[in-house]
Amino acid sequence: MKRKSTFLLSTPYGLWMLGFTIIPLVMILYYGLTGRNGGFTLENIRLIATEENLKALWLSIRLSLLSTLLCLLVAYPLAMILRNTKFKNSRFMVMLFIMPMWMNSLLRIIAWQNILERRGVLNTLLELLHLPALNIINSPAAIVLGMVYDFLPFMVLPLYNTLVKIDENVINAAHDLGANNFYTFTKIIFPLSMPGVISGITMVFVPSLTTFVISDILGGSKVLLIGNIIEQQFQKLNNWHSGSGLSLVLMVFVLISMALVGKYDKGEGSAGVW
Amino acid sequence: MIDNKLIELVGITKRYNGSTVIDDLNLYIRENEFLTLLGPSGCGKTTTLRIIGGFESPDEGKVLFGGKDITKLPPNERQLNTVFQKYALFTHMTIAENIAFGLKIKKKSKQYIKDKIKYALKLVNLDGYENRMPDSLSGGQQQRIAIARAIVNEPKVLLLDEPLGALDLKLRQDMQYELIRLKNELGITFVYVTHDQEEALTMSDTIMVMNQGYIQQIGSPEDIYNEPENAFVADFIGESNILSATMVKDRLVNILGVNFTCVDEGFGQNTPVDVVIRPEDIDLVDPEDGVLTGHVTSLIFKGVHYEMEVMAGGFEWLVHSTDMAPVGSKVGIRVDPFDIQIMHKPESEDEAVSAKGPEAW
Ligand SMILES: Nc1ncnc2c1ncn2[C@@H]1O[C@H](COP(=O)(O)OP(=O)(O)OP(=O)(O)O)[C@@H](O)[C@H]1O
Ligand SMILES: [Mg+2]
Repeated sequence: MKRKSTFLLSTPYGLWMLGFTIIPLVMILYYGLTGRNGGFTLENIRLIATEENLKALWLSIRLSLLSTLLCLLVAYPLAMILRNTKFKNSRFMVMLFIMPMWMNSLLRIIAWQNILERRGVLNTLLELLHLPALNIINSPAAIVLGMVYDFLPFMVLPLYNTLVKIDENVINAAHDLGANNFYTFTKIIFPLSMPGVISGITMVFVPSLTTFVISDILGGSKVLLIGNIIEQQFQKLNNWHSGSGLSLVLMVFVLISMALVGKYDKGEGSAGVW
Repeated sequence: MIDNKLIELVGITKRYNGSTVIDDLNLYIRENEFLTLLGPSGCGKTTTLRIIGGFESPDEGKVLFGGKDITKLPPNERQLNTVFQKYALFTHMTIAENIAFGLKIKKKSKQYIKDKIKYALKLVNLDGYENRMPDSLSGGQQQRIAIARAIVNEPKVLLLDEPLGALDLKLRQDMQYELIRLKNELGITFVYVTHDQEEALTMSDTIMVMNQGYIQQIGSPEDIYNEPENAFVADFIGESNILSATMVKDRLVNILGVNFTCVDEGFGQNTPVDVVIRPEDIDLVDPEDGVLTGHVTSLIFKGVHYEMEVMAGGFEWLVHSTDMAPVGSKVGIRVDPFDIQIMHKPESEDEAVSAKGPEAW
């Protein structure tokens, strides 16, 4: 009886998973492992080995790592400050920081394009102040900036959520036992916030690794990330097979990175993705 | 007991958002004393303890430790340790790591730390729990680990915030003995918070009864029980009959229109007072021998004694006695003169409110 009702309740989710996770995955697998003539081939996978594609993949990994690190460095102190604000409205402050998420992501990136352009908002300002112009549009730096701006809320939120859950008296207990602020942070606060750190890292690293919108708009056509290459296969060359093959390779990298991150978590009380 | 003031609170005042939680509190704690802060929920016990521990700074007043002003000293530089109301264990560390935390900071040797962990776990009856995680322990076990984690540091003063609140009766009594033994063996001064009056009476050298941020009375358990200074203390410590009365003259008090002899002097003539009579101090006698007569309205068997309510002189008297009188029977009431405790009426409105008693919680 109980089993049956559980089964009934879970049916919609089962259908959802079938329709929106399993079938697409199977389709990507199918396209990725077959050629235009329909026969099995590893040709699409091997495509990653071309110099251009390897370069794009390597650049993607580096930029995503960098933007994840920057997000962590910016978000952690911010989350700590938000945690320590005694204001009743610290929730509201958190909301202010994640509000940009409510705007269309494309819009936000285009806004950055307008700011960073050669004759954009930033350079106009710099000129007014008689400072040298900053030309970072269409460079990896602009892409990293876009990634950090776009994905920062995904780092702030899980960090803040684990940090507010740490009982003030646990921190007091550490001080009470003789720990100074630094020791308390390294031995108590940071380890206890690990679940948040890990989900933050995954939530920033994965979309950074696969993005093509940010690199498209802020990188011009000068900087190609692996996401752009895959997009080109689908949109410009209309080749679903090669696009899917490269996607499969990228998915393997995502899996590896998540497994690596998960390893650092001892598994105790992890609220992360793993 | 060495008559040596170890900690002194001088004129401590603490406000939260404009409301005064502790008002001009003065208190000293002697070396190796077991001092208990007792009072209803929200009366400022934890706040007082946090001020001593350094987790809260008073808005006014000073905290002295061995004569030195430590009001501004951070907690990690104070020679005292705290057992928090809700354990506050480090959930990402094993029990052994929890206990070792303070010792590692003090850079003790590996062997020393190992021995201390073993000793402390034995002390709190949890040998062999070294490698367990805090979450896998019951509330009572976690509380005992919290105690172990504090005492391995051999502090001069141990602050305990309702440390036995989560334990069952048997374990609580065992731990009470353990704590008293620790105090005597290690020579640690205890500042202990509880709202359990029985626990306070059992364990303390000195009890400080608080209500709404004011000290109501400081004294030995016997003093507090036998000679409560006001109706609040009388009501909070044990059960009692509290009545309005008039002091006719020295050694004569008029209660409910009847004159009782008592032993108190110096209240003046025809002065309104409060009177406390403990239920076990009321003697039930034959109606013709009683100062007051009435009839029994309820009877409950409590094991050691019977608890009766007697309607006499328009007042419902609470009586504890090993003799029982059936409901409805006529009885006389007598009280020995030295069992009548006379107290001044509260002077100000404030005190009157605070004297209203434990019903507040
Ligand atoms: N951080 C705070 N901010 C605002 N008010 C507080 C704060 N801490 C305590 N209070 C208030 O101060 C008063 C005393 O609190 P305290 O924690 O000292 O009570 P307590 O005697 O320990 O009570 P309990 O027996 O319930 O633990 C309470 O009215 C409480 O609401
Ligand atoms: Mg408290």
